Amino acid sequence: MRKAVRHLIFILAPVVVAFAVLPLIYSNHLLLFNFVVFLVLAQGINVIYGFTGYLPFGYVGFFGAGAYGFSLLVLHAHAHPLPALAAGAVAALLLGVILTPLLRLEGAYFAISTLAASEAVVQIISNPNLTEITQGPYGIRLSGVYAPRLAYGMAVAVLAFTIVVVIYLRNSRFGLALQAIRENPISAGMAGVNVVRARVIAWLLSALIAGLIGAVYAWYISVFYPETVFDLGMSIFAIVFALFGGTATIIGPLGGVAILYGVYNGIGIAAPQYFQLIYGALIMLLVLFLPNGILSLLKRRGFNVP
Amino acid sequence: MSPEEEAKNVPLLGVDKLVKRFGGFAAVDGASFHLMPGEVLGLVGPNGSGKTTCINVISGLYPPNAGQVFLEGKPIGGLPSHKLVRLGINRTFQVPQPFLALTVRENVEIAATYGGPDSKADIDAILTSLELDAYRSRAAADLNSAQQKMLDLARALATAPRLLLVDELAAGLHPAELQRVARRLRELAASGIAILVVEHLMGFIGEVTDRVIVLNAGREIFEGTLSQAVRDPQVVSVFLGGSDVH
Repeated sequence: MRKAVRHLIFILAPVVVAFAVLPLIYSNHLLLFNFVVFLVLAQGINVIYGFTGYLPFGYVGFFGAGAYGFSLLVLHAHAHPLPALAAGAVAALLLGVILTPLLRLEGAYFAISTLAASEAVVQIISNPNLTEITQGPYGIRLSGVYAPRLAYGMAVAVLAFTIVVVIYLRNSRFGLALQAIRENPISAGMAGVNVVRARVIAWLLSALIAGLIGAVYAWYISVFYPETVFDLGMSIFAIVFALFGGTATIIGPLGGVAILYGVYNGIGIAAPQYFQLIYGALIMLLVLFLPNGILSLLKRRGFNVP
Repeated sequence: MSPEEEAKNVPLLGVDKLVKRFGGFAAVDGASFHLMPGEVLGLVGPNGSGKTTCINVISGLYPPNAGQVFLEGKPIGGLPSHKLVRLGINRTFQVPQPFLALTVRENVEIAATYGGPDSKADIDAILTSLELDAYRSRAAADLNSAQQKMLDLARALATAPRLLLVDELAAGLHPAELQRVARRLRELAASGIAILVVEHLMGFIGEVTDRVIVLNAGREIFEGTLSQAVRDPQVVSVFLGGSDVH
């Protein structure tokens, strides 16, 4: 556990301090907020894919469920944002529980089925017949709760919680059990691991993480359409960022977001006309030469990457 | 008979009219046998006779369709693997199944931690006894196939099993390794562990087992020592393809 304390001090603390200070010296607060959102989502992917081996293409479904859980409580119960955040978390957890049977599937089948599930949820939410409840395709307009600074602070708090979860997984026997499941679920069972329970816990943890940040996202932007918070692109980004850095580590997904999302925004500003070309080429090169992420360069040299 | 003596006579493992079907095919079709503590039982028979399926059912990979498996007289058929492991059952696999990306030590550590409340296995001693200690910090993927088989065994031993199911551990090992594995299995049996050995190498079976069961089409057709089995006309003519048994 001494290692875990080191990780808290040298990884968690600097990240939190950086995102607490950055708004004071950098004026594009929306970009900072988006960074935090993707850091959280990439770490959520890390929990369920990096540690446990299940790649959910439809991961954004939990994000959207969180956003709508938050918004519906604010809209209909005029709730304070804080209890509404809890509603977002609960909505994502509920969706996670409903989708638990998908964990019987493996590999591409699991990935595609989560994608289908996420699409199903957005179709239900944007159904015009449900306009009175969900606002249907017309989207959400929250009034009276807009507080971007507070919402940003909450996003950083969710990021801190997420990093603590990953630090725990990296340093605990439970995290090791999840990795055993990722490597070989049958052998994990023969090592005494309750495979069904452990992977459900990991699944719900990752759902909770995405649900919380989805709720904060809804709070921060206050006006959005169903497609905004169920955008498949968010899943893909989170997955690519996590893979780029290196999964089943604490710093991999953090580095992945910092570099790739940084480059993404850099190209978007500096050379928008070549944006797709450069970004696509970058990801192709990554898949070809560093399929296990940039941290694999260090791992190959025998470094024990946190 | 006193209750203690009666308890002594209850087999550690009892398999009673076990049936496991895959669609219309009965891989195990009414097999019955038992195993006493400290005994080494060989399960032999031609390919497809249901040996590995027996092990898979006993170790909880599949639930039985009919019949029952007993551990010390208590029914355990259909329990999930992790529960059986904590009751004292473990196994190795025909094709080794290590956690490839984890280190050798982590492979064993997981089993030692989760294997059960009484499992206080000495990981380093287990690794040393199977000559894996030099590789403890290496990824399991770096081991060769024979070493991965030993790692499977190490993982099983880390859960302090009372019943060990060994599925073709000897295949692919060179003679010196075979000797070592045979010796190790005998030592484990001497410490009171009951061992069920599925194997095609008859020399190895002869060396390690006290008794063999011959299976054919999912049913046992012979029980006795290997030397008796090789003289049994039914066993010889139908299942071992002739009298020239090595």
